[in-house]
Amino acid sequence: MSPRKAYETELAELDNLVAEMAKKTREAIELAVASFEKLDVSMVKRVEELDEELYLLNNDIEKRCLEVIALQSPVAKDLRAIGTYLKVITDFDRIGRYARDIAEVTAHTYTMAHIKPLVSIPHMAEMAEHMVDLSVKAFLDRDTTSTKEVFEIEDKVDSLYDEIFREVITYMMEDSKKIGIGINYMLVARYLERIADHACNICERVIYMVTGERVIKE
Amino acid sequence: MEAKIVTEDLNAYFGDVHAVRGVNLSIPKNKITAIIGPSGCGKSTLIRCTNRMHEVVRGARVTGKVLLDGKNIYDADTDPVMIRTKVGMVFQKPNPFPTMSIYDNAVAGLRLNGEKDWKILDDTVERSLKLAALWDEVKGNLAASGVSLSGGQQQRLCIARALAVRPEVLLLDEPCSALDPIATAKIEDLLFDLKDQFTIVIVTHNMQQAARVADFTAFMYMGELIEFGDTKVIFENPAKELTEKYITGRFG
Repeated sequence: MSPRKAYETELAELDNLVAEMAKKTREAIELAVASFEKLDVSMVKRVEELDEELYLLNNDIEKRCLEVIALQSPVAKDLRAIGTYLKVITDFDRIGRYARDIAEVTAHTYTMAHIKPLVSIPHMAEMAEHMVDLSVKAFLDRDTTSTKEVFEIEDKVDSLYDEIFREVITYMMEDSKKIGIGINYMLVARYLERIADHACNICERVIYMVTGERVIKE
Repeated sequence: MEAKIVTEDLNAYFGDVHAVRGVNLSIPKNKITAIIGPSGCGKSTLIRCTNRMHEVVRGARVTGKVLLDGKNIYDADTDPVMIRTKVGMVFQKPNPFPTMSIYDNAVAGLRLNGEKDWKILDDTVERSLKLAALWDEVKGNLAASGVSLSGGQQQRLCIARALAVRPEVLLLDEPCSALDPIATAKIEDLLFDLKDQFTIVIVTHNMQQAARVADFTAFMYMGELIEFGDTKVIFENPAKELTEKYITGRFG
C-alpha cells in the first residue's frame, strides 16, 4: 500500500468522477441524436438535465484537481493524469453542450417533417458516437490502442460534414420552404463535427496521460 | 553540453559499507544539478567524492574517477586542498565560525590561504557578500558576529565564504532544510543568479525544490544512480519506474 493514503483516495475519487462524466456525455449524445432523427421531444428534457449535471461535475472536478495541485504537488504520471482531467472535462462538458444544442434543435423542429429519410446525418452521428465511445474507453482503460481509429474516423466525419453542407444548400436553393429545416440540418451536422473534434482532443490527452507524449491531430 | 564534472565508475566506501556504487554521471557546466533520493542513498557521499571530502572520514575510500574539467581529481599529483578551493561546499546547517565577525567569516578561507592584503580582503568581502545577496543587509555591520544573523542570512554568509575563494563548482548539501520558506526562496533565487558563473550541485530532500531550481536532476537509490536527465522530464515523465515511485511518494 502506498504511504500516501489520502492522496491515493483523492486521485481514485477524481478518476471515478471523470469516468462518471464520460458516461453521462455518452448518454447525452445518444439521446440527442435519437431525438433529432425521430423528431421526438420526449428525450429533450433528459438531455438538458444531463448537460446541467455535466456542468456541475466539470466545476467540481476542476475544483478538486486544483486542490490536489495545491496540497499534494502531484508529479510524473499523477501530474499527467490531473492535467488530463482538467482538459478532458472541458471536452466532456462541451460535448454535453452540443448534445443539448442538438436536442434544442429537435425542440424547434419537431413540428416539421424531414425533407427525406435521413441518411448522412444519422451516419455522421453514428461515427461521432463511435468516436466518443472509443475515446471514453481509451480514457477509462488508459489504453491508446483505439486512438488511431478515432483520428481516422474524424477525417471521414469532416468529409461528410462538407457533403451534408453542400447537399442541404442545394435543397434550400431549390425550395425556399426547406430553408427552415435545412438550417437545422446544418446546425446538427456542425454540432456533430464539433463533437468529433472533442473526441479527438480526448484521445490526444489520453496519449499524453499514458505515454507522456504530446500528439496533435492535424 | 559541456561537462564540468564527470564521474566514471565511482564507488565510495565507509569501511565495509558500499555507499556509492558504480556511478557514471556527467554534471553540466554552469547549470544547476539536483541530486535526490531517500535518506542513506549516497547523495551526500557522492558530492563529497567530487571535492575529495569523502576521504577525510576514517575508513572511507574511493575507487573510480572524478574528472574535473577532464582531469582526474584522484590522480596522485593532485592537491586535495586545491580541489576543495575549486569545488566549494555549503552544508545543511548554517555553520559560520562562531567567534568570527561577518567580515572574518567571509574571508576565512582566503586568510587560511595566507592572504593578508587588506585591499584584497575588503574587496573580497564585498564581492562575495554581494554574490551571496547578503551585502545590502549587512554592509553597515560587518564587525558583528556571524552567528548574530538569522538562519537564512547565516546560510548566505556560508555561501559567501565558499564563494570568496573563487570556486568553479559549488556543492550544496541540503542548504535550505533548516530554513523557513522566505529564506529558502532567497537561497533559490541566489542559486539562479549564480549559475551563470558557477556549476552548482544541490542535494535536496525537497522534491519541489529540485523541480524549482534544477536544470538537471539525478535520482539515486541504494548507492546507485537510477536516472539522470532534464528536470522537466524527470518530474513529468520519468523513464524509470523506481524514479516515478519515489517522486510521486509511492515508496513505502
